[in-house]
Amino acid sequence: MALLPAVANAGSTHVAVAANFTHAAIEIAGRFEEKTGHVAVLSFGSTGQLFAQVSQGAPFEVFLAADAERPALAINEGYGVEGTTFTYAVGRLALWSADAGLVIGPETLLVGEFDKIAIANPDTAPYGTAAVEVMRGLGAYEALSAKIVRGNNIAQTYQFVETGNAEIGFVSLSQIVGHAAGSRWVVPAELHAPIRQDAVLLKVGENSAAARAFLEFLTSPDAVAVIQHYGYGVEGDR
Amino acid sequence: MPNLSPEIWTAVSLTVQLAALTTAILLVVGTPVAWWLARSQARWKEAVAAVVALPLVLPPTVLGFYLLVALGPDGPGGALAGLWGARTLAFTFEGLVIGSVIYSLPFVVQPIRNAFDAVGERPLEVAATLRASPMRAFWTVAVPLARPGFLTGAVLGFAHTMGEFGVVLMIGGNIPGETKVLSVAIYDFVETLRWREANLLAGGMVVFAFVVILAMMLIEKRMRRAGE
Repeated sequence: MALLPAVANAGSTHVAVAANFTHAAIEIAGRFEEKTGHVAVLSFGSTGQLFAQVSQGAPFEVFLAADAERPALAINEGYGVEGTTFTYAVGRLALWSADAGLVIGPETLLVGEFDKIAIANPDTAPYGTAAVEVMRGLGAYEALSAKIVRGNNIAQTYQFVETGNAEIGFVSLSQIVGHAAGSRWVVPAELHAPIRQDAVLLKVGENSAAARAFLEFLTSPDAVAVIQHYGYGVEGDR
Repeated sequence: MPNLSPEIWTAVSLTVQLAALTTAILLVVGTPVAWWLARSQARWKEAVAAVVALPLVLPPTVLGFYLLVALGPDGPGGALAGLWGARTLAFTFEGLVIGSVIYSLPFVVQPIRNAFDAVGERPLEVAATLRASPMRAFWTVAVPLARPGFLTGAVLGFAHTMGEFGVVLMIGGNIPGETKVLSVAIYDFVETLRWREANLLAGGMVVFAFVVILAMMLIEKRMRRAGE
């Protein structure tokens, strides 16, 4: 080990990751390990679920949330290290169907020729909140509300649509970037409040070099390329 | 009574309905299965018994995954739903009933089978010599003697369905009044930091589970005494 300086001080850090960021996080963790020798151990869940676990002493050192509220709350309530939050990605919403002919655009929502539309639970998942906002904005929410099924997080929402149990659903653009199947409408960003996804260093990881290195790495060109590849925007302000 | 939000009552009453309907179906479906398992001489009957017991060992995610696919538009559930013009049985109360019947099957069949086993050959032979038809012997001799088994099965099936979580989470779609059962409501309350409500429901479940287990033990005690 001593022969490999990069690995000599290598540690591992436990990162709680909002479900929508799953694919990007896995890729970033891979590059992070290549570059620094540190290992990032990833746990996925909905932002609400992960936050509840953090508040009960989960051993997470870094929290990549799907919103800006939970990281801010983490700091207010003393679980997060002050001054460490920043927006690592700005999420994009997509209306998606596994059926190649179904999703065309906003008119699909207005016509409503489907039985079920899947969204993430708006009470716990920011992508769900944004989905409701889009439907309301288009004046389609009332008519669609009886057709809505709610995934526990955005990953489950995707799975409801993927299996065809719901013909259509609001997913994170990052989930469907990788494959061309089905049909999609990338929701224009101005139709909902920006989904600012913030990261925060948690108290557990305050003294972890690997945790700080991971947060640092998130803003590196390497990581930003991955983040953008998955359809996210970046703010770049720290 | 503390004033509870209507969503709590919706979840509780939905869960009780689901558990009651599931238990009723399981008693109807499970009794012949239990009877066959207790009486059959077939060499492969233990293989059937093992299939019935599978949900005891399988993680709910395995059942949830297969059910999601099976209930969906490309599975038998979708074909069934097509009869009334729907595409899928997922996200429906009916879908949850199907899931729960499978999930709680061993909890009902096992105790009834054990009770039939305990009845043994003798009372049925006596009934036969008194010229009771097999059907009559079943209803007037075997079933009354096995009553504690039915009770245990019904109580366990009901309680197990009340506490169902993983399967419902995977196939339910979290629809209030339709598929948002008690355990899912608790999960949501915890996630949204509404811990007062979570506590009320979770505490209620602890009391409920205690009562069920106590009732079970009392029934079993009675069963043993009846067997002596």
